[in-house]
Amino acid sequence: MYEFVSGPFALISFAIFFIGIIARIVWYVKGLDWQLDRVAYSEKLDGGITGAARSLFHWLLPFNRTTANHPVFMAVTYLFHICLIITPIFLVAHVVLIEESWNISWFTISDKLADYMTLAVIAAGIFFLIRRIVEPNVRFLTTAWDYIVLGIAIAPFITGYIAYHQWMDYKFWLIVHILSGEIMLITIPFTKLSHFVLFFCSRIQIGMDYGIKRGGARGRGIAW
Amino acid sequence: MAEEAKSQDLPPLVTRKPVKTQEELDLLLADKGVRYYKELEVFPVDTVALKKTLETTCKSRIRTWLEICAHCSLCADTCFFYLANDNDPTQIPSYKIQSTLGELVKRKGDVDTQFMINCMDTAWGKCTCCNRCGMYCPHGIDMGVMFSYLRGLCFSQGFVPYEMKIGSGMHWIYNAQMDVTVTDFIETCEWMAEENEEYYPGLNIPVDKPNADIMYTINAREVKHYPEDIAEASILFHLAGENWTVPSKGWEETSLAMFAGDWAGCKNQVEWVYDAMDRLKPNRMVVTECGHAHRATIIEGPYWAGIKTGQTPVPSMHYVEWVLEALETGKLKIDPAKKIKEPVTLQDPCNYIRNGGLCDVTRKIMTYIAEDFREMQPNREHNFCCGGGGGLNGIGRYRKQRNIGLKVKRDQILATGAKFVVSACHNCWDAIRDLEEVYKIGIKWSFLKPILLKMVIVPDHLKPKEEE
Repeated sequence: MYEFVSGPFALISFAIFFIGIIARIVWYVKGLDWQLDRVAYSEKLDGGITGAARSLFHWLLPFNRTTANHPVFMAVTYLFHICLIITPIFLVAHVVLIEESWNISWFTISDKLADYMTLAVIAAGIFFLIRRIVEPNVRFLTTAWDYIVLGIAIAPFITGYIAYHQWMDYKFWLIVHILSGEIMLITIPFTKLSHFVLFFCSRIQIGMDYGIKRGGARGRGIAW
Repeated sequence: MAEEAKSQDLPPLVTRKPVKTQEELDLLLADKGVRYYKELEVFPVDTVALKKTLETTCKSRIRTWLEICAHCSLCADTCFFYLANDNDPTQIPSYKIQSTLGELVKRKGDVDTQFMINCMDTAWGKCTCCNRCGMYCPHGIDMGVMFSYLRGLCFSQGFVPYEMKIGSGMHWIYNAQMDVTVTDFIETCEWMAEENEEYYPGLNIPVDKPNADIMYTINAREVKHYPEDIAEASILFHLAGENWTVPSKGWEETSLAMFAGDWAGCKNQVEWVYDAMDRLKPNRMVVTECGHAHRATIIEGPYWAGIKTGQTPVPSMHYVEWVLEALETGKLKIDPAKKIKEPVTLQDPCNYIRNGGLCDVTRKIMTYIAEDFREMQPNREHNFCCGGGGGLNGIGRYRKQRNIGLKVKRDQILATGAKFVVSACHNCWDAIRDLEEVYKIGIKWSFLKPILLKMVIVPDHLKPKEEE
């Protein structure tokens, strides 16, 4: 089982993930239409690039009104996403695996830091879960899929934490951990998790809209 | 029985096509909406056409927005309807769009009459397309854009509020949002020039003058209900020494077709104005103090007309931009002693502030005309809709909802301590007038033109001879 999940199935999931997200980006860009969207994307590319850069800058960093208005939620959200991306990519164990397979490697973070960051992802995930259940507005908007997607996103971290600390049957939890990671990779292109790339598409698009057409046309960068 | 039979003989009021003949329009006007909404209750949805429209026009931008919405509810408190309705979760922008357009896309257009009526009631009665929520969504999801799109789908299926159907029809028949003909327009201009020439010798309203610096376009209701607005504009251009003109055809810059979601009507309307630009070849166009007209003719119009650069045929500006230019260059001079002394606040219209970037322009104007200017909170791009945007002011079916929505603007104004609101937008002006009527908070409101006229210095050579 371990051989299968860490061998061919890992390759399949990475393939689905990479091809899937590239397909989503291509589909997104191809679906943009200057006349239907009413944004002169290519004719006014200069304003578009400025607007897109502003849009990304203000939202990849916490320089926006939503962060000011909802500081706790946004702080947890930023922390969640930063840890969720950095931990698996720079974890020593992951980098070693890749080095063994493909003979390439990169910078790693200490296991201690990875441990804290994993806990941060799990804690933030629990915060989101409780918020979904407790906050009336969020509960009102929530569908079953929101819970499933949250589960898919934090499962690799919970299982990874258990496996690393070898609390229970290490082999079993390692397999579950790898599987949960693969499920996440596979589901990214097909679920809301596609915001992994579509967040950037959407932010760039609305940035171009404002940069080319709305405030930007008058030299007024929109006040995100 | 007799009445039923009689109504069955009448041609239907609800159709999937815009109203394009006077006969149809007269029939609609006479109905007052009674039979219209009854017919709507049982009007079938053309699901095949709806599916096809979705396939060809609902592309990756909107589909992505609908898909990646995280249901985080951060958009809730950005919507004035949500706030005004005591945090009612059914007023959360995300819910409003997911339960209408979201479902429509999921079901590929396979929906029934009641579903479409709910779409209509949400797209016009619970959203003014002010685009405020889109500025606060971490994913950049602009629900105002999606509601505008939904309005288009509703219109194509005949599910459109009564007054919007009429408004779109007016544009098809009169090239104006009201039944104002070219003759009515020209006669009103002549009348206003004659009325005021005594006080402003040499005043005239040049019609169809080629190669003028400014081509001025207006809102049809100025002709029909507020002709003094045209007079004020002409006096200010006259005092500023502008080389200006109005086009006999192409003078109407508003677009109820845009509020109605009648995209073919939008194209037809702006092309009328752009044709006037081509014919008269002015250096630039100035539009009157109207928000949605600026949005329709300058911001969105070029796209409807198929102009790839997204720019109008000649550079175009809102009236506030012309006012600031005239003040800064000294074409208009203000008597400092006549500046507004009492506290005064300023309405930021969504259609040319959030969606047009002109917030600094209006603020600079305030420094010329007011001694005690007070900002609403929040302001500029973050300001709330007046409560009557997107055509909502004019729709009888949603009057109650509109009046509830006005509470947010009421409280914003009250918090400034000012009793005077400057509103360089017809829709905002109406909403603020109505909020005074409903809530009686003791405020005054005004366009810029009458304020400017009270304080502008008339150059000696333009004064009436009696005074010399």
